[in-house]
Amino acid sequence: MSTAAPHPASFRAPHDPYALGGGRGGHGNDGGHHGEATGHGAGGPASKRIVVGYGFWIYLLSDIVLFSAFFAAYAVLAGETAGGPSGAEIFDRGRLAIETGCLLLSSYTCGLGSIAAARRHGRSTQLWLAATGVLGLVFLGIEVQEFAALAAEGAGPQRSAFLSAFFALVGLHGLHVGIGLLWLATMMAQIATRGFRPEVERRLLCFNLFWHALDIVWVGVFSIVYLLGNLG
Amino acid sequence: MNDHDHGDTIPGGESPDTEGPQGATGYTVGLFLAVLLTAMSFWIASTDVIWDPAVPVAIVVLAVAQMGVHLVFFLHVTSGPDNANNIIALAFGVLIVLLVVAGSVWVMTHLNHNMHMAPADMAQHMR
Repeated sequence: MSTAAPHPASFRAPHDPYALGGGRGGHGNDGGHHGEATGHGAGGPASKRIVVGYGFWIYLLSDIVLFSAFFAAYAVLAGETAGGPSGAEIFDRGRLAIETGCLLLSSYTCGLGSIAAARRHGRSTQLWLAATGVLGLVFLGIEVQEFAALAAEGAGPQRSAFLSAFFALVGLHGLHVGIGLLWLATMMAQIATRGFRPEVERRLLCFNLFWHALDIVWVGVFSIVYLLGNLG
Repeated sequence: MNDHDHGDTIPGGESPDTEGPQGATGYTVGLFLAVLLTAMSFWIASTDVIWDPAVPVAIVVLAVAQMGVHLVFFLHVTSGPDNANNIIALAFGVLIVLLVVAGSVWVMTHLNHNMHMAPADMAQHMR
């Protein structure tokens, strides 16, 4: 049975992935099985994995904005040594190279761990995560040793504005790495006891994002603070 | 629910069938590029071959390039249409970072300049 003047949308079927338009508004219930509710997109709302991942991405960007404030403070105060040591006098490039290598390699092993997890290989996931943790611990150990050596030389954060900004910025990154290591340990325990349940996989995804973001911040730290500071 | 038929991706997302550039190969290529860029940074900072005023510029450019490598190969943020939301959020974050850093440096440099003091003298007067 055909009614006069049918709705034009029923002929052209316009592309409307989020089902916002009035394409089926005039039809009432006559279609029978339209399934989705209006406004929920072609396939329904996004999966929880997408929502969680995107939300964590927003958090990471806000964290990077936090780091940018510390970078700005360091950039402004880098010359204010107040008669104390300058960057060129206290930065050790060999130690920096080992730290950078550890963190870069840990980002790689973390990525391989996420591939293993996607393939449901429990054993290799744990191995890659453990390697990530060991590399992170080495990084943190070297950094703590560097801080302790500086403080012992009388170049602690209270010595000058430059050193305050240096300890604040590098210490904030180290704090993130430390929290990341705790998170990593709880993730390994969750995989061991619960297996690859959806909520465990979402947490693992967020941890991967967090760890890669820390490596990106470290690129800024070793370039701006250490390498540029060593020049003069 | 599989997110492949949905048209949205998230940073760092993996799927079980990841092979080729999205799988381990992608991470290996990313690691290689990152190590290369890091080594170039360290070399430029320690060599005398480069004209001195160009060294800071080169280090900053290499750092930005390496951040891009990390974003693409480790976080899987690309310019594809299903990544639009991630890119828009990232662009906003970068805008804020640039405003905070460049704005702080700019304002503080002018402050020192307008008070006719070198930064070191300023430190003396602010005691």
